[in-house]
Amino acid sequence: MAPTTRMAPVNVLGIFAHADTTLRAIQGLRAKGFSDLKVYTPVPVEEIEEEMDSVRPLSKVRLFAVVGGLLGTATAFFLTIWTSLKWELITGGKAPVSIPPFIIIAFELTILFTGLSTLIAVLILGRLPQIKPSPTYDPRFSVDRFGVAVACPVEKAEAVGAMLSSAGAEEVRR
Amino acid sequence: MTPVSGTATTPNPTWADVNRDVIRTVSMPGDRYFAWMCLIALTLAAGVAAWAWQIWIGMGAAGKRSPQMWAMYITTFVFWIGIGHAGTLISAVLYLFRAKWRTSIYRGAEAMTVFAVMTAGLFPLIHAGRMWFAYWLMPYPNQRYLWPNFKSPLVWDVFAISTYLTISVVFFLIGLVPDIAALRDQSTGIRKQIYTVMSLGWEGSDSQWRHYRRAYGIFAAISTPLVLSVHSVVSFDFAMALVPGWHSTLFPPFFVDGAIFSGFAMVLVLILPMRYIFNWYPYIHDKHLDAMAKLILVTSLVLTYFYVCEVFTAWYSGDHFERASVFAKATKQYAWAYWGMYFCNCLTPLVFFWRRARLNTTVLYVVSIFVLIGMWLERFNIIVPGLGHDFYPYTWGTYYPTITDSTIIIGSFAWFFILFLAFIRVMPSLSIVEVKEALGHPMRDGHGAHH
Repeated sequence: MAPTTRMAPVNVLGIFAHADTTLRAIQGLRAKGFSDLKVYTPVPVEEIEEEMDSVRPLSKVRLFAVVGGLLGTATAFFLTIWTSLKWELITGGKAPVSIPPFIIIAFELTILFTGLSTLIAVLILGRLPQIKPSPTYDPRFSVDRFGVAVACPVEKAEAVGAMLSSAGAEEVRR
Repeated sequence: MTPVSGTATTPNPTWADVNRDVIRTVSMPGDRYFAWMCLIALTLAAGVAAWAWQIWIGMGAAGKRSPQMWAMYITTFVFWIGIGHAGTLISAVLYLFRAKWRTSIYRGAEAMTVFAVMTAGLFPLIHAGRMWFAYWLMPYPNQRYLWPNFKSPLVWDVFAISTYLTISVVFFLIGLVPDIAALRDQSTGIRKQIYTVMSLGWEGSDSQWRHYRRAYGIFAAISTPLVLSVHSVVSFDFAMALVPGWHSTLFPPFFVDGAIFSGFAMVLVLILPMRYIFNWYPYIHDKHLDAMAKLILVTSLVLTYFYVCEVFTAWYSGDHFERASVFAKATKQYAWAYWGMYFCNCLTPLVFFWRRARLNTTVLYVVSIFVLIGMWLERFNIIVPGLGHDFYPYTWGTYYPTITDSTIIIGSFAWFFILFLAFIRVMPSLSIVEVKEALGHPMRDGHGAHH
């Protein structure tokens, strides 16, 4: 049902004052087959996120975190065991390779690597840092306005604008 | 100090009010602010000079002599690490519990955490004497295959503190990004350019929020065990040693509880003046103060229980040296610190049983200061009298502070406050996004502003 994109698409932006009208606009647009949406919100809104996420796979941040965490655990055990075997000295009455104290290092590095890989995930998946501002961004989106930007073919722009207005947009612009 | 000028804050702020009220805190501060900063900078300069003197002269300048080779530096190190705990507790643990009252205080508390850990991190360097060899603590590849001893609690500490600092900084910065974007959108000139770079081009689009929210949850989830582990690992520095009064399995929970206790006191010490100066009464209500006072009360009661346990186990163990150590702490040259600790940590917070005391800012402030003093004394009591009275009478001794180490310790407070005061004037010290979330989303057809 995706709209044809033979002609160069245009962006139609609707600016909303309320979370519920924004959500309704998104649902309405999606029902009509417009799927190339970008929604701006001053705070994360669970309902909007659920609606947007219903057609796309879940965020992969958790995958990054798990892989990073396991890598941290492995690194810690490798580091502690390998370095202990370089000098097989008995210190503190403990065998060169004694696992209990190494668990502490493993715990710390697991957390460290999980955190850093989560950071990397946000940057990569969220496309940050974003050097150029999006053409549809409006500074009011960091205050109290919600935005729905629809990428659609030129000939549909009129209809999309009307839909946004009827859903409750305060302002519609291209 | 008079409140920052600006329009009067409304009792029921809207989202736009939140932006306005936060943005006016990052305006150009007045003369009085700079006067305070100068005073603090001078104190810091004195601390730096004292440190330089100590490096020049040697550790003897800090009054270090046997048996107290650990003295005020490690005391203050543990103190600052402890202060850092409340921030992570508020930003991570209370986030996971969805405690809404955290929203208006968490940014300040998180900044406090980062700066407190940055202050604490200086002390191992100051204490190490030849601090230019501090990098020996890190595992780095080298020609001779020399590696740290991973069985040493001091090396665990290096890992715990550096992980804690890194994760707290990342968590803190991640939380700041959307708020800096809000500042960017309403500022001009060079400020706008700086905020643009720092906001990483954040726009609050659905594709950014979805990853951000997941990541935030993960950070909260990993910070929770981390915050509990950090002070446990710090306590291992003591508990793994054989010194009477140190060698105890009680230490990890005892340290964690004390850390949270002192951290909350520091949060109050910082938040109460900020609420007054920035006129944040619509955001920081009495219920926030009430909740923090209750947490201080609970952690104080738990701490009292630990103190009792410490004495009880020393007695019940039948171990002569453990008993002698407690007895010496309570009656010998450091008795003032011992009883001062009981007074500050166990008695003064009891006033919070009264609701009126929990809501009275003067009482809150005074008790918080007492708690901070008490918690510093607690670490002093563990380290200095503990080392001063171990197994053999010929190793007993008394530590006398010097001007050098006292100045460095006072300088550490200046370092902390200079960072914190600079932060609250250039960055949003109230979370714009989270406060808005707590206010609820604007709905046209919905009932009220809840979600």
